Amino acid sequence: MLEIKGLKADVDTKAILKGIDLVVPTGELHAIMGPNGSGKSTLSYVLSGREDYTVTAGTVMYDGQDLLEMEPEARAAAGLFLAFQYPVELPGVNNANFLRTALNAQRRARGEPELDAIQFLKLARAEMKRLAMPDDMLKRNVNVGFSGGEKKRNEVLQMAILRPSLAILDETDSGLDIDALKIVADGVNALRSPTFTAVVITHYQRLLDYIVPDRVHVLAGGRIIRSGGPELALELEANGYAGVVAQAA
Amino acid sequence: MNAIASAGISGFLNRFEGLKSQLPGDPGLRASAAELFRANGIPGGTSGRRAEAWKYTTLRAIAEASFFEPLTGVDDCAAQLARLRLITDVPRLVFVDGRFRIDLSVMPDVFPVQSFADAPDFGTLSRPDRDNLVALNTMLAEDGVVLEVPSGVDGGTLQIVSLATEGHGRTIAFHPRHSIRLRQGASLRVLEISAGAGTYLHNAVSEIHVGEDAHLIHVRLQDEARSSFHVSTSYVEVGARGTYDGFALNLGAKLARAEIHARMIGAGAMLHLNGAQLLSGSQHADITTVVSHDAPNCSSRQTVKNVLSGRSRGVFQGKIEVARIAQKTDGYQMNQALLLSREAEIDCKPELEIFADDVKCSHGATVGELDRDQIFYLRSRGVPEAEARAILVQAFLTEALDAIGDEGFRAVLETSVAQWWEREVA
Repeated sequence: MLEIKGLKADVDTKAILKGIDLVVPTGELHAIMGPNGSGKSTLSYVLSGREDYTVTAGTVMYDGQDLLEMEPEARAAAGLFLAFQYPVELPGVNNANFLRTALNAQRRARGEPELDAIQFLKLARAEMKRLAMPDDMLKRNVNVGFSGGEKKRNEVLQMAILRPSLAILDETDSGLDIDALKIVADGVNALRSPTFTAVVITHYQRLLDYIVPDRVHVLAGGRIIRSGGPELALELEANGYAGVVAQAA
Repeated sequence: MNAIASAGISGFLNRFEGLKSQLPGDPGLRASAAELFRANGIPGGTSGRRAEAWKYTTLRAIAEASFFEPLTGVDDCAAQLARLRLITDVPRLVFVDGRFRIDLSVMPDVFPVQSFADAPDFGTLSRPDRDNLVALNTMLAEDGVVLEVPSGVDGGTLQIVSLATEGHGRTIAFHPRHSIRLRQGASLRVLEISAGAGTYLHNAVSEIHVGEDAHLIHVRLQDEARSSFHVSTSYVEVGARGTYDGFALNLGAKLARAEIHARMIGAGAMLHLNGAQLLSGSQHADITTVVSHDAPNCSSRQTVKNVLSGRSRGVFQGKIEVARIAQKTDGYQMNQALLLSREAEIDCKPELEIFADDVKCSHGATVGELDRDQIFYLRSRGVPEAEARAILVQAFLTEALDAIGDEGFRAVLETSVAQWWEREVA
């Protein structure tokens, strides 16, 4: 279970998150929607431990662990995965080596045996097949020369291989055509289980046609101003954020 | 030779006086080199000329030290040689303390090789009048590689190894003189490895002729002892449609300078002068190159990457000269430095001198630290910070090593880079 209480965070002394309260029970998938500049990406970075963000108040507990006290790599080993809105290019780093290094670093941190190159390739190829990705994606440098859609699919591939118990998807749908969107959604849906928890951050309702959330939250001005069932996304689509924000004010 | 050696310039001159009757080759050439050396000294030394070419690197430490001639052969170097992990099944020319050791070598069978001691060849390109260390080398050179690949012959692969030992119990200096000549249409791949133990000076001069339509891959691994001095000066000439594909990896030595003067003298010649320097502690290493386009339709490519940690200092000076006749020149030069500590320093001096009007020439330089977004991306996937940094540095270097035109050589250098990382930073 992910439990965020009274979370406030600054960037360069500017307050972005102004008191977030959010509980995502284990096994549920919650969507966070909101207009640009509402703090959606800041929330995802604070949860994953990026520098540049100063938490000024509040707590984030995940399965009894205080996430804010942990290094980013320790959060990953504890099961957290952030699918980046803008995946980073790593020139000179082979995608297969990158994934195996990451997987084995997590396994090492959890005291599990590491996978050798052959075991890893077997796993990676199976996941790639499921996600309809060409084999050469493993041979290329991480995200270098990838199209926008390929970068997002690479994030989903990483997630499929690393098997997090808590995934945060930061606008993974942005820049995707409908076919890529379906592939990404299939990748997320394939992971859904009673032990998989996810927070899907999106600007558009479209993604939620394919990844049906248990709950939808509206983030605006650094606070969650409304929560509801999947139907809330449809209301936002029909009336826009302005209407919901005005109602809440 | 008496037991009391004077230091620096007079020390070298005294040794020349003592040895000159035994040194191979033209005594007149050596005597005039000695006069030049006496007049011009060692760059950075108290009597040395202040030259622009030595703005960022001083050899004062060499000028103030005493060096001895390695008079006797050292037998006990098998273990040291084994550690170099040479490519097996490939001919090797092994020099120990500057002396050719046929007993440790495997001679190539498709072209003739001689030692400089047996067939002294000072060549035609060197400039002892301008290059002080070349004057020193010309004065004292005893041995080296003299090889020629005949017209149309593929000479295959060759390793040239220089190993310095501590067998003499004192600080030695050696001044190898190499000559590599590829006749028309010939080809050769050379891996040159310099390594050693203790304190010594390795002052090499190489003259390289790549004939018309000939192709030379020349990869150098400078992995000298960390208390040593390594200076090398190379003169390269490339004929029409010929290719000189050079790469230099500098890891070792306390103080190193690799200077290359490369000239494309026939239309359509191609020159690659790529390289990387990995420095730590208080190492100082300098890559200085002058690329001359002296014929039309030639292209030159140069990417030099530096990884600097500790208080190390890297220097890159790269000049491209385009003569009036060299129309349709395509020149590219890039120098990149990754600084891993606040105390590390890079000096970069690119220069273009263009007299032709229809040319494409570009150069660039970047200096920076590791990218924080890239570090975070790796950490967010569970990779600990130290490992993330190591991956990114190796990635930076992988891109440099990708320029090496021979897979076997690339593998050797990749291993050296990985070992360097384990030893120096990790």
